[in-house]
Amino acid sequence: MSRPLTIALLLGAVLVAAAPLLLGIGGDYGGTDGRAQAEIEAGGYRPWAQPLWSPPGKEMESLLFALQAAIGAGGLGYVLGRLHGRRRR
Amino acid sequence: MHIMEGFLPPAHALAWTAVSAPFVLAGLGRLRRMLAEKPELRLTLGAAGAFAFVLSALKLPSVTGSSSHPTGTGLGAMAVGPAATTVIGTVVLLFQALLLAHGGLTTLGANIFSMAVAGPWVAWAAWRGGRRLGLPAGVAIFLAAMLGDLTTYGVASAQLALAFPDAASGFAGAFAKFAGIFAVTQVPLAIAEGMLTVVVMKALAARNATLGIGA
Repeated sequence: MSRPLTIALLLGAVLVAAAPLLLGIGGDYGGTDGRAQAEIEAGGYRPWAQPLWSPPGKEMESLLFALQAAIGAGGLGYVLGRLHGRRRR
Repeated sequence: MHIMEGFLPPAHALAWTAVSAPFVLAGLGRLRRMLAEKPELRLTLGAAGAFAFVLSALKLPSVTGSSSHPTGTGLGAMAVGPAATTVIGTVVLLFQALLLAHGGLTTLGANIFSMAVAGPWVAWAAWRGGRRLGLPAGVAIFLAAMLGDLTTYGVASAQLALAFPDAASGFAGAFAKFAGIFAVTQVPLAIAEGMLTVVVMKALAARNATLGIGA
């Protein structure tokens, strides 16, 4: 794929993600899963199981989400780099 | 997304576990056969798993003022096939259920079905269909990844509507309610996922990555 198209697609993805903020859309940007959960609980349902372990606090949770993304990004970079090197030889 | 721990009544949780289990077992078998036939597929599999890890960790804002995350499983469906992608999605869901309290073990079956079975199979079918109709590869990949992402959230909405039908309007009313929360928020995220999937698929193809042919 041509380099300009790659760059355009990557910029497009960033733009789509940033659009709500650029458009100044208000809201707390809470998770949709939390919203669905509140809706269900409003109907009187109570969950019958709890997570075995929850990250103690928001900071720890973002750490683990960042870790998940880092593992993925590292792995993807490794594979693409390896394939790239193999092709050169 | 991801139906939270305990948020499906026991009968539903059990039923979805029973529905998803054969897909996971078949996926493991398919994966083992594929790697025995083409060991070089290991790298592509790594890339598909890594992509799903990144994308499902990114909670993105949407035009509805809510946040959600893409799934990243459409790429796997095209690169290593939907059956093997079920295994990738299951690993991601287990990671999030055990370490992030995101999703859960009682709802794992339902979440596997939406994100690791329905999404990848729809993405794969859309990709094959698009190619057969003569769409350019990039367009077919974009549409496939986008539809796979939206399917995941559509199925999750249906799962919740089945478990919690509206008192007055039944399944349809509840589905509209849950889809209103999930699907609308998901549209821009699905578009972004489509764009990123095209970039990574093309990057793999340009480096002559071995791709799994067939389901």
